[in-house]
Amino acid sequence: MEAPLIQVHELFKSYHRDSLEIPVLHNINLEIPEGEFIAFMGPSGSGKTTLLNLIAGIDKPTAGRISIAGTDITDLNETELAVWRSRNVGFIFQFYNLIPVLTALENVELPLILTPLSKKERRAHAITALEVVGLAERMHHYPRQLSGGQEQRVAIARAIATDPTILVADEPTGDLDKNSAEEVLNLMGRLNRELGKTILMVTHDPRAAERAGTIRQLEKGELA
Amino acid sequence: MELLRLLFCNALRHKLRSVLTIIGVAVAVMAFALLRTVVAAWYAGVEASSANRLITRHAVSFVFPLPLAYRERIYQIPGVEKVTFAIWFSGVYIDKNQFFARLAVDSESFFTVYPEYVLDKDQLDAFQKQRNACVIGIDLARRYNLKVGDIMNLEGDVYPGQWEFVVRGIYQPRDQTADPTIMMFHYKYVDERLRQEAPGRAGNIGWYVVRIANADDAAVVSEAIDKLFENSPAETKTETERAFQQNFLSSASAVITAMNVMSFVIIGIILLVVGNTMIMSARERTHEFAVLKVLGFSGGQLFFLLAGESLILALTGSAIGLAATLPAVQGFRAALPKGWFPIFYMKPETMVVGCVAAVLVGLVAAIVPLRRVLSTRIVEGLRFVG
Repeated sequence: MEAPLIQVHELFKSYHRDSLEIPVLHNINLEIPEGEFIAFMGPSGSGKTTLLNLIAGIDKPTAGRISIAGTDITDLNETELAVWRSRNVGFIFQFYNLIPVLTALENVELPLILTPLSKKERRAHAITALEVVGLAERMHHYPRQLSGGQEQRVAIARAIATDPTILVADEPTGDLDKNSAEEVLNLMGRLNRELGKTILMVTHDPRAAERAGTIRQLEKGELA
Repeated sequence: MELLRLLFCNALRHKLRSVLTIIGVAVAVMAFALLRTVVAAWYAGVEASSANRLITRHAVSFVFPLPLAYRERIYQIPGVEKVTFAIWFSGVYIDKNQFFARLAVDSESFFTVYPEYVLDKDQLDAFQKQRNACVIGIDLARRYNLKVGDIMNLEGDVYPGQWEFVVRGIYQPRDQTADPTIMMFHYKYVDERLRQEAPGRAGNIGWYVVRIANADDAAVVSEAIDKLFENSPAETKTETERAFQQNFLSSASAVITAMNVMSFVIIGIILLVVGNTMIMSARERTHEFAVLKVLGFSGGQLFFLLAGESLILALTGSAIGLAATLPAVQGFRAALPKGWFPIFYMKPETMVVGCVAAVLVGLVAAIVPLRRVLSTRIVEGLRFVG
């Protein structure tokens, strides 16, 4: 049997505020196979985003191990993690986080700068990614010239441009109206079904979670 | 899309702030370059000094004369190649506000010892042949609209009486370090008149200029000259031309030091201006830098973005400031009383120092924001609300 793409083993995370230790995640064990679309739900403060951040390698656990595609990312230092993220993780944020002074095309091209691709290849990859999200005709528009839904689709194009191992989405529809949210969720569904992307999504929205193949609930830092 | 484009876009993100920062840097760089130019003008004489020229003056003070008879004895010292001399004539031309050096010189040897004053051979011959002839610098000729054949009348003060000179030559400075505002005339013309009107003052000169064969022998020859006239009624003090010029500047050393310090304080001000802009700019973009870190951008790439942005502001401001300094130097020179700074120009070194300072300021100004960006955890940066 093939090993799961993501393996989380006895994961603990706590934050320190002054002398206070605030536990956030408690003994999380999780396995996610390749090609899964998983949604994490739970009340605010339950540790959903923290878990996502740890799996995406943008935060360090207090204890425990996280292995992704055979790499134990808890062993990596900051520099190694940065390189690993650039090759393996695509991020979709609630507030899109596009660079306002760059066009849609340039925003999508941004993570490709870190790859060995030539300028021409980078441009071709970025255009393909924009075509996938249906925004090729708006490639020269700046974020301020796009709607919220379009901005999030550009953010998705940026996330998939490097063809990462996993896509992580933190409340990707949290700032969108119903129609735009539908568009974004449809797109994520397509990426999962048609391109086989492994997607981890944090959401409060039950309708968004319904699109995922698996829903996991977090309660007070523990997986239900 | 290259990282360079993002760098330029960031530098111009807040146009008004960037423009104001650039103007601030430009004004400061101009002030820096102007101050350095003034300091350099003070030191122009020192800069123009020749390594193989010695000045022999009266041991007590420059104002006391030396006997002309010393000349032949100085010639006897090994290592001495040529000896010339001069007198500070002073006097008034037109009015007391018209200041420039008026020297009575030995017409036979002066231009040999001072090759930086370039005079046509015909004009030199004409000057040497006519006892009341004079040679003036090109700047003097322009300032007073004088040409060869014109008359210059001086009213003597140190050497009283009316003195009439005929311009027989106009010299060109060999380079920018040579003074183009000197008036030179025959020592013999002055001396002959003194023999008639004040015989006690005749046969004396102001100082000797000794050209030596080897600059390395300066100390030995100086000592030999001074030893020669030890215990005489007019003991001498011989030093290199550079040391002689520096002694002149010692009286103004406090002012020069203050200007030197000020010029570097200005560099500090530029650093604060650019540093403040960069800190504000980076703080506003804490969230964006966190996103770049999420995408995998390294500390080096973030430094490139921040330092590049900082360098664009500093170098643009510096280039504008230095470009504006050129006309400012001319304006400053024109505004000064004539003759204050005969050699007044922005040295290439000043431009280089200005550019190097701008680069250093650009890099240093990026350090504080970079430290903040690097030390901010990604999750904190993503939560940051400016």
